[in-house]
Amino acid sequence: MRYEALMQRLAQMPGEPQPVGGLVLSRREFLKLSAGAAFALGLYTVPAAAAEAGQASKPSEMPDAFIAVHGDGGIVIQVNRLEFGQGVYTALPMLLAEEFDGDWALVRPHLAPAGDAYKDPFMGMQMTGGSMSVKNSWLQYRELGARARAMFVAAAARRWGASPAACRTRNSVVLGPGGRHASYGELAAAAMAEAVPEQVTLKAARDFVLIGKPTRRLDSPAKVNGREQYGLDVHLPGMKTVLLAKPPVFGGKLGRWDAAAARKVPGVVDVFPVPLDRGAGGLAVVAEGFWPAHQGRRALQVQWDTAGLEKVDSARQLAHYRELAGTPGLVARDDDISALDKAMHRLRAEYEFPYLAHAPMEVLNCTLHYHGDRCDIWVGTQFQTMDQMAAAKVLGLKPEQVAIHTQMAGGGFGRRAVPTSDYVAEAAAVAKSWRAAGHGEPIKVMWTREDDLHGGYYRPAYLHRVDIGFNGSGRIMGWKHMVVGQSIAAGTAMAPFLMKNGIDHLVVEGIVDTPYRLPMRLEVHQPEVNVPVLWWRSVGNTHTAYVMETLIDELAQQSGQDPVAYRKELMQNRHPRHVAALDLAVARSGYGRRKLPKDHAWGVAVHEAFGSVVAYVVEAALDNGRPRLLKATAGVHCNLAVNPLTVRAQVEGAALMALSTTLPDNAITFEDGVVQQDNFNTYQIARMDAMPEVDVHIVPSADPPTGMGEPGLPPLAPAYANAIARLTGKRLRRLPFDLA
Amino acid sequence: MIEFELNGRRVALSADPATPLLWALRDHLAMTGTKFGCGMALCGACTVHLDGAAIRSCVTPLSAVAGRKVRTIEAMEDDAVGRAVQKAWIEHDVVQCGYCQSGQIMSAVELLKRTPQPSDEDIVAALSGNLCRCGTYQRIKAAVHAAARELAA
Repeated sequence: MRYEALMQRLAQMPGEPQPVGGLVLSRREFLKLSAGAAFALGLYTVPAAAAEAGQASKPSEMPDAFIAVHGDGGIVIQVNRLEFGQGVYTALPMLLAEEFDGDWALVRPHLAPAGDAYKDPFMGMQMTGGSMSVKNSWLQYRELGARARAMFVAAAARRWGASPAACRTRNSVVLGPGGRHASYGELAAAAMAEAVPEQVTLKAARDFVLIGKPTRRLDSPAKVNGREQYGLDVHLPGMKTVLLAKPPVFGGKLGRWDAAAARKVPGVVDVFPVPLDRGAGGLAVVAEGFWPAHQGRRALQVQWDTAGLEKVDSARQLAHYRELAGTPGLVARDDDISALDKAMHRLRAEYEFPYLAHAPMEVLNCTLHYHGDRCDIWVGTQFQTMDQMAAAKVLGLKPEQVAIHTQMAGGGFGRRAVPTSDYVAEAAAVAKSWRAAGHGEPIKVMWTREDDLHGGYYRPAYLHRVDIGFNGSGRIMGWKHMVVGQSIAAGTAMAPFLMKNGIDHLVVEGIVDTPYRLPMRLEVHQPEVNVPVLWWRSVGNTHTAYVMETLIDELAQQSGQDPVAYRKELMQNRHPRHVAALDLAVARSGYGRRKLPKDHAWGVAVHEAFGSVVAYVVEAALDNGRPRLLKATAGVHCNLAVNPLTVRAQVEGAALMALSTTLPDNAITFEDGVVQQDNFNTYQIARMDAMPEVDVHIVPSADPPTGMGEPGLPPLAPAYANAIARLTGKRLRRLPFDLA
Repeated sequence: MIEFELNGRRVALSADPATPLLWALRDHLAMTGTKFGCGMALCGACTVHLDGAAIRSCVTPLSAVAGRKVRTIEAMEDDAVGRAVQKAWIEHDVVQCGYCQSGQIMSAVELLKRTPQPSDEDIVAALSGNLCRCGTYQRIKAAVHAAARELAA
């Protein structure tokens, strides 16, 4: 199967089990290398075209190891993803160490640099997103561990003149006949001389000692004592700090400018024009550290040329989207809804969602050392392959001349996965000019919080208009649904994989594939708007789950049915994982059995995203007339939970991030093309006082794992809204909630 | 030249006195455990102790710390309360991206020194200035209680 087809399949059928065994192995070759360790094993994926042409690979071109064992027994495992909170730094080594039978206490993860070996085995590029890390590396990392283990066993067997079959492994030790034993550390050099086995047998789930065991994060110690190095912490000799002055409207050009005052700021080294993302232009202020750069940027006199650019105004945009909603759009689903007009009851609703900024706590940054014929880049990125290509293009280099050193990232939520590579390409443009001006020092281009909130690539604003016909028993006769909002994939390299008949799957996911059996006609309008947009934790599901799950709840309420029973009935026994997640949340919350105090109410929602299902049963209360989320009980179905501790943490965090979207001032708005929010005073995210108790329960399963970085987010806001509707009688159709 | 005591050692910096302490630490002293998140005392990522009080170093000019005692996350391993908090953080698997946690820990340590057995309300009051985008608040609360119990034992 071609990568494109695979990618499309993954995008459109996120719940589909991944291909196993033969397909993966046939594309791979393994290599042994000495990466400063006694033993090192790498692998790479043979590009589809080369594999089809039967071309042999050249190991020398792929100097990337996944596992290295040092003489002291230390096991270095390369993590081919970005760690930005979701826990891959622990989960992927768990997969490898499980099959390797490595001593967990000796495991030292490392974030892999950009390299062909580290591309996602199914996506053909090195990336972190779509809750795919554990799902797509489930076999890859286990196979690596099993192969390495077999080589250690072979080395020990050879040393003892024993049969490999007579040897066992446990905790980084090979145990042989007659009580013989040898540690992996002492066997490392000998294991390196063994052949990489063609076939390996993976453990049965019942034999797992690490996988499925709640395992504390390996990155905690360095993150509690300040020693973790994030991208923003990179410190190189002679390094300068760069801030960019950018136009107030996306795509604006640099007009007349005067940097005389900026240059007078002590510590400012240089100021020069620089091309910016999406054809814009700006100025780079290079200085000895942040403070002079900041002072220098403030001292600039700049006139911006924004003539001819669309200047978005949020109020006008909403009015425009409403007009569009009344006109025919592209048809994403076309069931027979002719019974709608004859239905006994009608439910008509319109929903509004604002632009949202990801606002990761670590602001975007990128450090480069450009040497003319090669460039080193230190960056926290979800898209190493694309960023490497983008930087190479800016610098006039080949991608292999650009080394990307993946840095630990302080959050991201999608903002570090940019098809245009905005913050990396801009930094590369600065490096190019800096070098052209005769400088050789490394530069760190960093953003401020204001730059972050003004900088675009938001979750798009959306309008939904829905018209539902149903009968007295709640049977849905017809469901007419219109979504208006920007496509995320259009115009990007991802478009061929994510768009079908002009419709971006990321706009309709969560509706078009609803688990509820109902006749639906779904149309979309994807207007082009001068606002860069991007995936934002759980992507389309951030709004589609809200609309679907609040409407289903309303239908249950209007037809006098229990919201849990109604959902199950609409799924008609075809979605056992949804039902299992829902039942677990119901059972653990006490829903239907526990009587709530006055002014308290239950709210329910369930949603599948990226192949995992999360159900919430929440308890909300009126506190001096204002709703408050007290507790959320989650039922999670992610098949086998590789690290249940991380799964729970991801759901807790996703729940809080979803709650943020309901709180006042969690919106990016525009006036005359200019973003109205500047910092955390005007773009509010949830503080500790808003945190509900989140109680997470996982449905037991031995099936291959599905991802959990995002699926905890979509059903939380609708569950809360459903509880508020029962408390106040008011159906909230606008986010953030308008509770005035 | 501005002199102050940093984690028990005297330092002298010849920097613009208006430079925020945060950037003196990060850029001049290469002590990057203290984080930049907003620059306006809105997120708490830059929290350090000044004469024992939790302050936001991103809005504290260097001139304001002259002759005073500054302690940062890097010194918490040498502090009994700091160690208890760090241990509780690890045991409760608090961190996700971890970027805000230096600030969270500095606020928590100050709280426990002031209020050795804090209530939930005390914790929320002391830490509501520390934003966490990953949503680790529930675990932070549990870890602060655990550290308090350990210190009382």
